[in-house]
Amino acid sequence: MSESKNQPEVMAAPATAPAPAQSTAPVAAVPAESAAPKLVVGTSPHLHAEQGVPEIMRWVVIALAPAVLVSLWFFGLEALRVYVVAVAACMGIEWLCLRYLGTPGSLGDWSAALTGVLLAMNLPPTSPTWMIVVGALVAILIAKHVFGGIGSNIFNPALTARVFLLISWPVQMTTWLRPGERGLVPAGADLQGITEATPLGLLKEGRLHELSASATDLLLGNVGGSLGEISAIALLLGGALLLWKRIITWEIPVFFIGTTILIATAAWLVDPALYASPVTHLFAGGLMLGAIFMATDMVTSPNTFWGRVIFATGGGLLTGVIRLWGGYPEGVSFAILLMNGLAPLIDHYVKPRSFGTVPVKKTKALAAKPGVAA
Amino acid sequence: MAELTAVQDLNKGLVRENPLFVLVLGTCPALALTTTVVNALGMGLAVTFVLAMSNVAISLLRKVIPSEVRIPAYIVVIASFVTMVDMLMEAYFLSLYQALGVFIPLIVVNCIILGRAEAFAAKNGLWRSLLDGLGMGLGYMLALGSMALIREVLGNGTLLSGTPLEMVVFGEGFKANPVLVMVLPPGAFLTFGLLMVGANRLRRS
Repeated sequence: MSESKNQPEVMAAPATAPAPAQSTAPVAAVPAESAAPKLVVGTSPHLHAEQGVPEIMRWVVIALAPAVLVSLWFFGLEALRVYVVAVAACMGIEWLCLRYLGTPGSLGDWSAALTGVLLAMNLPPTSPTWMIVVGALVAILIAKHVFGGIGSNIFNPALTARVFLLISWPVQMTTWLRPGERGLVPAGADLQGITEATPLGLLKEGRLHELSASATDLLLGNVGGSLGEISAIALLLGGALLLWKRIITWEIPVFFIGTTILIATAAWLVDPALYASPVTHLFAGGLMLGAIFMATDMVTSPNTFWGRVIFATGGGLLTGVIRLWGGYPEGVSFAILLMNGLAPLIDHYVKPRSFGTVPVKKTKALAAKPGVAA
Repeated sequence: MAELTAVQDLNKGLVRENPLFVLVLGTCPALALTTTVVNALGMGLAVTFVLAMSNVAISLLRKVIPSEVRIPAYIVVIASFVTMVDMLMEAYFLSLYQALGVFIPLIVVNCIILGRAEAFAAKNGLWRSLLDGLGMGLGYMLALGSMALIREVLGNGTLLSGTPLEMVVFGEGFKANPVLVMVLPPGAFLTFGLLMVGANRLRRS
């Protein structure tokens, strides 16, 4: 690090030259530095939480643990296979990208592992192994490293991979193992007997009356679906942990889920025979997983409170519209990706006023005065 | 620009000023027509012909056309050549003509052709305008062909489908289960973006 080389000079002449290199010094200390005490001179604020990228990523993985365990319980070895392949493939491809593309990041920051876990959670339990590897390639290489590596991606890598796979292999991506089938499914086996439609899949086919999953089933995860989306309770538990660690803020999950439920309730009130109850929409499908873990991704969501409110409301709106009237049973992944694309625009228009500056209207009024403008 | 030799006039369109990947012109047919290599090359040939011929005509007429009405004049010249291509293709390559559909008449308003007429042919002589038109057209064909190569092989599992030379690239198993997204619009944008990255890298090195 160049900073550490500069430090003796800075200590020798602290008052005269606030070296320009120091102003760009990272404020957040890397764990290695906190182990060996050094003089770190950065710009204020000098107090900070012991929370860098690796800590955040690790906490998110821990927060996902309940949902992972639920899926392992209901889908057994198939779920384990999907998790292992996804995480291994993501980390392997990340290693190759870091080595050959020279984009920033490191394997030790856990981001590739997290992408792997999230990718697996977005896949059905019977996903073929080759498909998981293609998904990992899309997530890490195309969605992340082509855009410049960690922190530079516009779209959520795991969701980009999910949508890529969903459009390419719709059959494999919508074959849902029945919960409780815990054995390995041999390749090429006839899946008819051990699969079932998801609640939202039934709704899309107009088979509302066949919907048998109770609210308890949906809460616990005793339904077919992608690995991570089945249990609402486990996801809420993880969300509570992230809120407590202040890794996510409340407005994205609340406005996202709230908007979707508002639309679902309105439709249900109009015609309860045609549209499912808001409870089903709340707990079934990927809404919880998406709103709590995917839409809140720091890199791909807006930076301000009101920006996040707009982002989440738009996502909820799109999800509701796609679920009720779209071509796909579930719209959370499309909604989040579309809003990811809008996040830079939202950030451009929703800006907090900098401390000590004059609001724009006044500056325009000043500029309009002939004397000042000249 | 003035120091370019004749060879450079011809080959600048291939990579250095590639109309699709560097100038980002003519993107609409590039996204819509690159699902098969045959369509892409057919479109590329049509554009190359119109580009070269209209560059020649406009270069010859450049001292006659009043600058106030030059754009309508260019459009009339370009439209004449597009009409020729349109009729020739309908007569001799009917299936290709039907596959390309509205994009053949739309060559009239293709920005590459109008752009080269305005930026190059209107200021340069016959020989250099011809080379410029040919180079740009071949560059566009190269770009369309490379996009279509990736999209057709991955998204359809075939190469040169629609001709007697059609072949299956990765075997029947892959053809039955290809990367479907590549022949759909998202795949077009994905391929376009990735190849643009590649072309810009090549250009800088």
